[in-house]
Amino acid sequence: MKITRFLKTIFMVDFATGLLIALREMFKTKKTINYPFEKGKISPRFRGEHALRRYPNGEERCIACKLCEAVCPAQAITIESAERSDGSRKTTRYDIDMMKCIYCGLCEESCPVDAIVQGPNFEFSTETREELYYTKEKLLDNGDRWENILAANIKSDNPYR
Amino acid sequence: MEYINLVFEEVYKILFLLVPVLVSVAMIVWLDRRVWAFVQKRQGPNVVGPFGLLQSLADALKYIFKEIIIPASSNKIIFILAPIITMTLALIAWAVIPFGEDQVLANINVGILYIFAVSSLGVYGIIMGGWASNSKYPFLGSIRSAAQMVSYEVSIGIIIINVLLCVGSLNLSDIVLAQQKIWFIIPLFPMFVIFFISALAETNRPPFDLPEAEAELVAGYQTEYSGMMYAMFWLGEYANILLMCALGSILFLGGWLSPIDLYPFNLIPGAIWLILKILLLFILFALVKAVVPRYRYDQLMRLGWKIFLPFSLTYVVLTASYLFYFNLLPTL
Repeated sequence: MKITRFLKTIFMVDFATGLLIALREMFKTKKTINYPFEKGKISPRFRGEHALRRYPNGEERCIACKLCEAVCPAQAITIESAERSDGSRKTTRYDIDMMKCIYCGLCEESCPVDAIVQGPNFEFSTETREELYYTKEKLLDNGDRWENILAANIKSDNPYR
Repeated sequence: MEYINLVFEEVYKILFLLVPVLVSVAMIVWLDRRVWAFVQKRQGPNVVGPFGLLQSLADALKYIFKEIIIPASSNKIIFILAPIITMTLALIAWAVIPFGEDQVLANINVGILYIFAVSSLGVYGIIMGGWASNSKYPFLGSIRSAAQMVSYEVSIGIIIINVLLCVGSLNLSDIVLAQQKIWFIIPLFPMFVIFFISALAETNRPPFDLPEAEAELVAGYQTEYSGMMYAMFWLGEYANILLMCALGSILFLGGWLSPIDLYPFNLIPGAIWLILKILLLFILFALVKAVVPRYRYDQLMRLGWKIFLPFSLTYVVLTASYLFYFNLLPTL
């Protein structure tokens, strides 16, 4: 036993095996992707940048029930509401502090009308902090921009809820 | 006028050697990262230029525009001198490397001694950098590095004696020409292996990169360096690696000689064969970096002094007795 080990050491058997393994691995397919040019697949449940959705007729979904504000563990959401001229309750202010947000998805879960959702976008870094205080306009704009994907994601995830 | 012409002629010759060496150093850094990445199934740098070949140039540009920070408590002159010395010493050794018959900048008849002396002086750059930084990690790193380079130089020296016994000349061109019948890698294979490992230690490559072991020494002697001065250390290191690969291919792999002395292979110029051999050795260097974990300091010293030194000494005796017994000693 000792002699085999000695021979293994002086002929560097383990080292040579390691080199051969390395050589073999070199020609296998790569596990990484060229990130900015190609992106990995994202689950429909992915919790990225927030968005406020609208109904197909253009009406905001949000009814200012403030459930998301109440459930938010980081207290990142601030909502103020008022009665609109037609008697419905609507938000006058819907702010999310994206730096406080922990992307837990509880706002999305609590929303009774699927108004606040978290989309697939994770590339929204900014150069200043101010740009990360999202306002209602910004969130609605996000909703309009991502609506197709958001609706498809909610639909595909629906059977599992 | 005659004198100035002569000077210019020499300068052109030197530039003709130095510019390709520096460019290939940049390419070799790319190759190193790429091989390393491939073994780990990553892509490696592949964005700048074709296949990412220009990555090193982009890095160099970044280093040039970075601020050079000189620590307030450092010895400024030595601090600035250290990377310059490292890089200069790594580059001047290339003067005696033959790229073909008569294709050598300085065909001195003690070429191998010259390379040996210059690469020994390389320790100075590192120890000056570590000392002048006036900070504990660089100091410890440079002490380690000096001890390591000195110990492995001893075994490299004895390995070279093996080759010299078979050649009978210190001239690098003669060493290559002596391998026309058989490359020295075949009769001296164990010496080649030890030379390769010692070269890894000599150039502070993994698994012997103790001077810059980031787990314990931050970055060793490079800790306080930034910007272009760091880049010069880095250039010097890779130029040294390339030099060691060149030395290995000249001593053991037949330098510029083609592997088979037959019709289609003879036409390829010797310089290309030498470059191919250097590349082969360098890819081995890069593979080893990806495969082997870092040695502990006492293991490193034990390997150098207790295993390599006695083994190569024994091999010197064996080679000498063999050559003497069969009357093969080269005539001087």
